[in-house]
Amino acid sequence: MPPIPNGVPMSFYLGLSALLFVIGVAGFVLRRNIITVFMCIELMLNAVNLSFVTFANYHKQVAGHIFTFFVMVVAAAEAAVGLAIILTVFKNRTTLNIDEVDSLKN
Amino acid sequence: MMDLLFFAIFATVAVLCAINVVLQKHPISSALSLVGVMASLAVLYLLLGGEFIAMAQIIVYAGAVMVLFIFVIMLLNAGIEVRRGRSWMATIFGVPALLGLLGVLGYLLVRWFPDAPAIKFGDFTGGTAKEVGYALFTTYLLPFEVTSVLILIAILGAVVLARKELD
Repeated sequence: MPPIPNGVPMSFYLGLSALLFVIGVAGFVLRRNIITVFMCIELMLNAVNLSFVTFANYHKQVAGHIFTFFVMVVAAAEAAVGLAIILTVFKNRTTLNIDEVDSLKN
Repeated sequence: MMDLLFFAIFATVAVLCAINVVLQKHPISSALSLVGVMASLAVLYLLLGGEFIAMAQIIVYAGAVMVLFIFVIMLLNAGIEVRRGRSWMATIFGVPALLGLLGVLGYLLVRWFPDAPAIKFGDFTGGTAKEVGYALFTTYLLPFEVTSVLILIAILGAVVLARKELD
């Protein structure tokens, strides 16, 4: 048993990031509500952001923070467009269940 | 020791809220849990020395993006989700595949940097608004400007999609 280090090992942060990402994937695959699926995508993006900030700390460079900033910008743009698409789908089909939006299937 | 304590508290909150996002039946409960995940991640960013990113996380994610989500949930009056039978593939392979993904990700990330030094609060102070802004307006000026075009297109797309009357 190694002694408890002064500070947090980097693998803890990376492990937390991996765990949050897998929870996001689980929600993305298992949930059927289109809004919840969208929120799980945001959860996955956040998990990756945590990895970026951790590596910025490891390399002592600010580039990781810049990447996180761009991910946030793209996520905001994606949320605006995605929610507009959800509004349009609901207007046309009056459902939020992704099983019922299947006109591309046949 | 304080670092480890703060990490343990907020990592636990983040994981519990994330599990709650997936397990809750009602979208509004999922959205509020997601706010919890983002707020605790902001604290972890502060521990990692990312002051600017932590504040941006609170303002952009927990503020703007989640308000947009909650607006849409209220606008559409989204209710409790209807459960149906799943395909047998998802039932049998779903959980083992996810655990396998977690195992591979965790193994790679932990083993990649075996000699990484422990992260102490205050070791890295390059994440201030000044440093981030300087990098953004010198080295990363072109991507930053392209971002403004992306946001403009996103705004136009959202307006067009929301106004559109389809048959």
